[in-house]
Amino acid sequence: MTAAGSIDLKALLAESGVGEVLDELDRELVGLVPVKTRLREIASLLVVDKARASLGVEGAKPSLHMCFTGNPGTGKTTVASRMATILHRLGHVRKGHLVAVTRDDLVGQYIGHTAPKTKEVLKRAMGGVLFIDEAYYLYRPENERDYGQEAIEILMQVMENQRDDLVVIFAGYKSRMDTFFQSNPGLGSRVAHHIDFPDYSPEELASIASRMVAGLGLALSPSAEEALLEYVRLRREQPNFANARSVRNALDRARLRQARRLLDVGQVDAAMLMTIEAEDIRASRVFDAAPAQDSVEEDPC
Amino acid sequence: MRITQGTFSFLPDLTDEQIAKQVEYALQQGWAVSLEFTDDPHPRNVYWEMWGLPMFDLKDPAGVIGELRECRKAHADCYVKLNAFDSTLGFETMRMSFIVHRPAEEARYRLRREESESRLVRYTLERA
Repeated sequence: MTAAGSIDLKALLAESGVGEVLDELDRELVGLVPVKTRLREIASLLVVDKARASLGVEGAKPSLHMCFTGNPGTGKTTVASRMATILHRLGHVRKGHLVAVTRDDLVGQYIGHTAPKTKEVLKRAMGGVLFIDEAYYLYRPENERDYGQEAIEILMQVMENQRDDLVVIFAGYKSRMDTFFQSNPGLGSRVAHHIDFPDYSPEELASIASRMVAGLGLALSPSAEEALLEYVRLRREQPNFANARSVRNALDRARLRQARRLLDVGQVDAAMLMTIEAEDIRASRVFDAAPAQDSVEEDPC
Repeated sequence: MRITQGTFSFLPDLTDEQIAKQVEYALQQGWAVSLEFTDDPHPRNVYWEMWGLPMFDLKDPAGVIGELRECRKAHADCYVKLNAFDSTLGFETMRMSFIVHRPAEEARYRLRREESESRLVRYTLERA
């Protein structure tokens, strides 16, 4: 390549404004290292492709259909909505909106009902990202008359023929997604990026919690922070743990307890209104259940 | 005889890219786009067949263009028009409507003159 034909990729990256989005992602989302790495790779690929196109080497657009797997509350939906913005800034999708659907939005109830329904959703998602949550419900092997298969076939067709028009992201729990792709090999092979969302460590969850609290205009007292970290450690060992979602629920309940405590006090100042104390968190039943470990309830609060 | 109905009908037929740009404009205005077809483009025939339901909540013209291609394939011998419906209070009507497909051989009409009582003359457009 001669000097005249050379391209400054860094400048191209800066110009697209993607760096900002990726940095924002780093700042605002705790943990999720494999996810962020893959996002950076995709962003680099698209920038390099853009550079190639500016030299007149027009390659086919890469297939960016993705599958997000991970336990509940690991941020799959949050990342998907960021994904739409990132792909829009990189010029891969034209509009950059996110259409989030589940089985109900795609599969109809009667013969001939499914195809128009699925097509309508696909039309709405064109120019943006289609996010199919809990995608494995689309395929129900136990019922051979299930219309889910029809929806899958239409999806596959559009994913293959109109990959310039939309990006499809499947999401769900790891083991069930694996069986889903095994029973639909055509679909699995059309999804280029399988991204696994790891569980959060207790420290990451605590840091997520302080961000959530800040978002609510509240603050944790130092002792409450300690209590929360302890809470997360105990709660993780119990069943039905949903990572960030469990933390959010715990905080909601702590807010309830704080409100009751403040009403009992009667006379409060601004600092008291804004602060969640350790006792609001330590009142949780998770702390009672911890030493015994014998009776674990459906949703310990 | 070239049928002239709706917007742009005195211009040469729009290409798909030009149609997509018009759809883009309609979607930006928040109008819902729909397709209709008929084999009877008589100006008095206001009831064209619907090609599927109006497409609500679209962000990008790609969906409309896809439907248009399918409609053309299924009804190559018909006229197809594209409507943009504005649902805002005070309008609640078509804001834009134009023909996007014509059959290879266009429909022909002739003017029929009819003598009526006391030298009254009636004119009718009828298909040739």
